[in-house]
Amino acid sequence: MTVTPLGIPRRLLEFTLDGESVRAPEGSTILDACRAAGKDVPTLCEGDTLRPKNACRVCVVEVEGARTLVPACSREAEPGMRVRTGTERARHSRKVVLELLASSVDLSTTPGAARWIKEYEAKPDRFGPDAARVEEEPRIDNELYVRDYGKCILCYKCVDACGDQWQNSFAISVAGRGFDARIAVEHDAALTDSACVYCGNCIEVCPTGALSFKSEFDMRAAGTWNEAAQTGTTTVCAYCGVGCNLTLHVQDNEIVKVTSPHDNPVTHGNLCIKGRFGYQHVQNRD
Amino acid sequence: MDLRFGDSKPTDDERAAVDGLLGPPGSSWEGADRSDADLRWARGGRAARDRRDLLLPGLHAINDRIGWISEGALDYLCRRLTVPPAEAYGVATFYALFSVRPRPATVLHVCTDLACAAAGAGGLCAGAEERLGPGSGVSVQRSPCLGLCERAPAALAVKAGDPVRTAVAAPATVRDAVLAASAPDSAPEEPSAAAAVPQCGDPSLTLLRRVGVVDPASLDDYRAHGGYTALRRAFALGPAGVIREVTDSGLAGRGGAAFPTGRKWQATAAQPDRPHYLVCNADESEPGTFKDRVLMEGDPYALVEAMTVAAYATGAHKGYLYLRGEYPRAQRRLEHALAQARARGFLGEDVLGTGYAFDIEIRRGAGAYICGEETALFNSIEGYRGEPRSKPPFPVEKGLFGKPTVENNVETLVNVLPILTMGAPAYAAIGTGASTGPKLFCVSGSVARPGVYELPFGATLGELLELAGVRAGLRAVLLGGAAGGFVRADELDIPLTFEGTREAGTTLGSGVVMAFDGTVPLPRLLLRIAEFFRDESCGQCVPCRVGTVRQEEALHRIAERSGAAAAGDVALLREVGRTMRDASICGLGQTAWNAVESAIDRLGAYE
Repeated sequence: MTVTPLGIPRRLLEFTLDGESVRAPEGSTILDACRAAGKDVPTLCEGDTLRPKNACRVCVVEVEGARTLVPACSREAEPGMRVRTGTERARHSRKVVLELLASSVDLSTTPGAARWIKEYEAKPDRFGPDAARVEEEPRIDNELYVRDYGKCILCYKCVDACGDQWQNSFAISVAGRGFDARIAVEHDAALTDSACVYCGNCIEVCPTGALSFKSEFDMRAAGTWNEAAQTGTTTVCAYCGVGCNLTLHVQDNEIVKVTSPHDNPVTHGNLCIKGRFGYQHVQNRD
Repeated sequence: MDLRFGDSKPTDDERAAVDGLLGPPGSSWEGADRSDADLRWARGGRAARDRRDLLLPGLHAINDRIGWISEGALDYLCRRLTVPPAEAYGVATFYALFSVRPRPATVLHVCTDLACAAAGAGGLCAGAEERLGPGSGVSVQRSPCLGLCERAPAALAVKAGDPVRTAVAAPATVRDAVLAASAPDSAPEEPSAAAAVPQCGDPSLTLLRRVGVVDPASLDDYRAHGGYTALRRAFALGPAGVIREVTDSGLAGRGGAAFPTGRKWQATAAQPDRPHYLVCNADESEPGTFKDRVLMEGDPYALVEAMTVAAYATGAHKGYLYLRGEYPRAQRRLEHALAQARARGFLGEDVLGTGYAFDIEIRRGAGAYICGEETALFNSIEGYRGEPRSKPPFPVEKGLFGKPTVENNVETLVNVLPILTMGAPAYAAIGTGASTGPKLFCVSGSVARPGVYELPFGATLGELLELAGVRAGLRAVLLGGAAGGFVRADELDIPLTFEGTREAGTTLGSGVVMAFDGTVPLPRLLLRIAEFFRDESCGQCVPCRVGTVRQEEALHRIAERSGAAAAGDVALLREVGRTMRDASICGLGQTAWNAVESAIDRLGAYE
């Protein structure tokens, strides 16, 4: 029998979103309400399986009475709140945040970035050719996944997924400060010398492609990566009895990466090393 | 939590430094030799993890003893505290006073911030670097404001060892700085705190009346000068009565945000969740600010008493004093004062025989301006990176260790004593209607008598500068520090009140009044401010992390330009600055562009 958890009934509260009265369950964020109302608020550091970190500030909206803009992803809706999502002030901050990010890191594999940069008419080049960038070579220190911090926007999602929110391995942290802050294991060592258990749950939540399967990284380098030609097949992992769901991404009859559905009520997109990376036997044809 | 530790082992010294703080390890789970019993029981769980807040003191212990933090030392500390090494590495690399790379045992911090730059810090730094090259056993580091602006230019030498030794050279010549670094023990004694108070001995003083008058080491002397009468009055009034007095006095926070203190206390006292905490924010790092240092060095018992009053009023039994890491003398004085107060029953299980229990613990910062932000300070005490939390929830509801917390600046707390001794109406009669009480100002720069001045709210900027003996050729005054704003030399009639400065479109901030003549070109000062914020941004949110870098780059480009040649970059500064102000998480990013903007708008920089 399938049991659908309904949770505790939540009161609805009423507030104003862009001049229209909306009702949202108590405890939902402004972003939840925006999405329910079909409004496109850009997000980068927000993750559907993680607590909001509100670090990127690209989702800011204007709340009447607030001195500063507020992050829609983390601010809970309050009764009577008057929220405006598309004001010049909010759009200006989103535009500049996109410019600051795109001028300092490589957003080429960040879904949505190109569209938002166009929509907000952001011009990352305006800071000149000498604008400081996060200069990092891709770190290829194991056979399973690659860390390319030249693409990292420091959203903290990998740290949260590795730490107390999901995996409890605490293998990575933010090290350094300010513009020099980077995601690192202890002593900035190689992954193989760290507490990493290669569950790949950090890759699952990475919004920029800074963390990627080695297979994807190699194919991108070779120019053979083609998402349009890939199929996704969701199946059940055969390794143990938990029954995690795997989505096998297949290109040219080869598994090229494995993800897991975030709406799975048991695993919420998390896997272990076997489910995430142990698929080679499937394609052994000898 | 399944922690993995590397193979690096601590040296005997490193182990002794950590064990000196934590005691010897109890089992092999904490790093001792393995015994039979260890194979049968796993030690860990919540009890082990609950000591996470000792991580920062542990890092200090290693750094103080060795001068830097090695892999083996960090791993051993992590083992002792059940902290993941990656997280501890993230914490250790957050603070400017720590190094995870080998370096000489002695570090000479030479202040290159605004007041010192105007007083010749550039030459001092170059001279010290030349004399203390490789092989000298000293590493020279350019430092943000050391809080010694009244004696600019300043240098602070820290020589690792057992015990760690420090020496301050201010005002420093190259010779003084080199002597302090090479032989901290034989460096001349610092002048007394009274030297920083030009009004010293003036009977009309309230907050500064004991500085330079009492022996800062003597509890008896403190009591002979009116000490602990406020606490007795507090016990007579009861917690609600104290909060009523503080509310009626109109006291507003002196740390920069000017939040009504009585309201903060009331909101915390009313929280049902227990325990409540009191935190004193003594992480005075705003460039140009040194009033809290002078108070703590000159009248340490006043802060101890004031914290006791605040804790009693808000129902806290534990207070943390988060002290700036660059204030070794204030630390020594406060440690002594706490020990005396404890021994004499002014702190402890039964304060003054009333049955009320309260004690104070000092926690040292480690070189991070951001830790003066109230929630970043909580994270720092708890042993996490000093990154601000998003608000709401506010500290009065969920603060230190997730519990209701009152956090006040040193000067704010010390104001509570006269409120109780003279009564709220008499206190509220000082100053103006909206800004009550006396206010401390840190005057430095182009004046004959720099130092901490106490004036009732309402005096004008001109009156204050006259008192300090402003020199001829005044070009601009920076109010409120790097996060504050410049005003012109012809705006000296601005009243120094919260409302008066606001009306004039500037801010009182933490009470910084820095006078500039034309010695240092304005673009150089602005560039230094931008460098400061780039260095001190914690890096958590994009507008501040990247915005401060882009602003510094733009200011570099226009350092030698003006008019049309600078207009494009000025527009860029404005756009980025607006986003930093609107969209940053905390006050650092929100105010980082204030001073530069005021220089452009008020002083006509780059025109």
